[in-house]
Amino acid sequence: MALNPFEHAGAASTISGPPSEGDYLGDRLFRAVARACAGLIIALLLFILWEIGGLALPAMAQHGLGFVSGSTWNPGTQEFGVLPEIWGTLYSSLLALLLGGVFGVTIAIFLSQDFIEARLAVVFRTIVELLAAIPSVVYGLWGIFVVIPLLRPVAGWLHAQLSFIPLFATDLSGPGMAPAALVLAIMILPTVAAITVDAFRRIPYKVKEAAYGMGTTRWEAILKVMLPTASSGILAALVLGFGRALGETMALAMLIGNSNQINLSLFAPANTLASLLASSFPEAGQIEVQALMYAAVVLLLITLLVNIAGLGIQQYTVRKFEGKV
Amino acid sequence: MRLSSLFRTALVVGGLTAALFATGALAEVRLMGSGASFPAPLYARWFKDFSQANKGMRVDYQSKGSGAGIQDFINQVVDFAGSDAAMSDAEIGQVKDGVVLLPVTAGEIVLTYNLSGVETLRLPRAVYPAIFAGEITRWNDPRISAANPDVDLPDQDIRVVVRSDSSGTTYVFTGHLAAISESFQASVGHDKSPQWPRSATFVRAPKNDGVTATVRQTPGAIGYVEYGFAKLTNSPSALLENQAGNFVAGGAETGAAALASAEFPGGNLPGSEVPDLRAWITDPTGDQAYPIVSFTWLLFPETQDAAKAGVARDLVEYILTEGQQSADPMGYIPLPENVVETVRKVAQLIQ
Repeated sequence: MALNPFEHAGAASTISGPPSEGDYLGDRLFRAVARACAGLIIALLLFILWEIGGLALPAMAQHGLGFVSGSTWNPGTQEFGVLPEIWGTLYSSLLALLLGGVFGVTIAIFLSQDFIEARLAVVFRTIVELLAAIPSVVYGLWGIFVVIPLLRPVAGWLHAQLSFIPLFATDLSGPGMAPAALVLAIMILPTVAAITVDAFRRIPYKVKEAAYGMGTTRWEAILKVMLPTASSGILAALVLGFGRALGETMALAMLIGNSNQINLSLFAPANTLASLLASSFPEAGQIEVQALMYAAVVLLLITLLVNIAGLGIQQYTVRKFEGKV
Repeated sequence: MRLSSLFRTALVVGGLTAALFATGALAEVRLMGSGASFPAPLYARWFKDFSQANKGMRVDYQSKGSGAGIQDFINQVVDFAGSDAAMSDAEIGQVKDGVVLLPVTAGEIVLTYNLSGVETLRLPRAVYPAIFAGEITRWNDPRISAANPDVDLPDQDIRVVVRSDSSGTTYVFTGHLAAISESFQASVGHDKSPQWPRSATFVRAPKNDGVTATVRQTPGAIGYVEYGFAKLTNSPSALLENQAGNFVAGGAETGAAALASAEFPGGNLPGSEVPDLRAWITDPTGDQAYPIVSFTWLLFPETQDAAKAGVARDLVEYILTEGQQSADPMGYIPLPENVVETVRKVAQLIQ
């Protein structure tokens, strides 16, 4: 009598058999490689921080917190302060997020909520994602040759009619905050749109059906059911987009006017940390390089804070709208 | 098409290999240099021609900026360096093997502007420093229109475009403005990256090409660029009033007239026997002299191994003779005869 009816299965089938020595080895190897890669990423980040921090240390010791509140950048007298750059970085990124965020989420709704045929949506999506592949310099040139001339009459009119509003207090003299923020918005658009589309796709179809089943209109379903359900994904998209805007360099160096001033006006030239780094590095002497490294540390800190804040808000919305803990 | 390009590649590769072997046999002497970006196009041409004309000698130059070039030179990373701002006494003190500073060519800085329909713009001596100090802000300011009675100047903001990066061009330009205007000296100052007025009408653009592009794209803009760039891009530039009271345009002749008034300090560089050739022509005197000109310098160590010193002397001789002829077509000013003689003498100190 056969005692074990499944005995033959053990050796005959490789599909259902117990893992072999090779399987174990492969498994261990894969785990080791995955861990090493993950560890390397963290090590690389720490190394970058260590390098930049080390170079910035003399400037940190010398300028202290005055660096963050000062507003002169004068290598001649060795006065360094980056308040206008911090302001410009945050202001341009926020404006870009406002524009790019609204557009990105709108595009995502358009592409994922059955407004157009699925095949057409794929084409549109590819086009939007192609925007991410355009080099930064090309955006900068496009800004100089297309956006600024287009913006000039609009800015002139706004300044003439509404100059009592601080946003329009100055006239646009070529490069400035508005063209920079506009181009930046277009640059973060693909990031925001792509991740938001994915967030909408992740919602089970049942949810929409249930909403329609309860008698909602299409807009009610989108605004009151789909958007809140996808909110954590959308927020992640916005945080990533904001991060990209903070660090964007070349296009901004070409478009923002690189002027160290704090001005609420959309048409005034300003400066950002990344563009300060880009434009000052090539000719910087030893002491200025240290100060520039300090500026890089400040930029890193801002990015870190933004990401932490984004994560916090994201967790809050997950709890509030998606009912998870 | 494809075949022929393949063939051409093969030829080039073959030629290169042959050249490599040929020069390898002669033990090639190679000079590495870095520094100023303003004369870089001219240097590239010189060094290429020189290396081709002289078997067994090869000169390479990396355009990084004057400051970086001086740093490399002090750290002995390179065999020579280029600088628009020469070298300060403190920097010379840091050089271990001594330094020979040679002016090799000169450049002019022009004010390029964007005013539709304005063919010639005359800017008096009192006016252009005031524009760059932010004191004159409208194109139809009476001080400008007084000098341009035939020109219909628009009622428009003057949008001033300056360099966003620290640069030798800015150093020379502000040097001239500070020399002729006390209020400019007090408010902006003479520096590689001075404190330009913080105003919504002052914008900054990177490098000569950035300034040129921004001026071209901005109605009512004015900016300073190297003469070579303005010439290359056909940008209109203003006639400037010189010390003699004449309005002159940038160009080889007016530039040479300005260089003729250059006087070398006469003494030696601090701590050495090498004559000091750091002449700043902040306010040239000649009748037809263009007001904003400057030499640009090559820096060689005073002592080095004999083979390199030989190449360096040959190179300087080439620059002073054939090299000067390619200066004008490329938008630089050839050195006047008396300066060539002085440089030739001092170059013998490279040992």
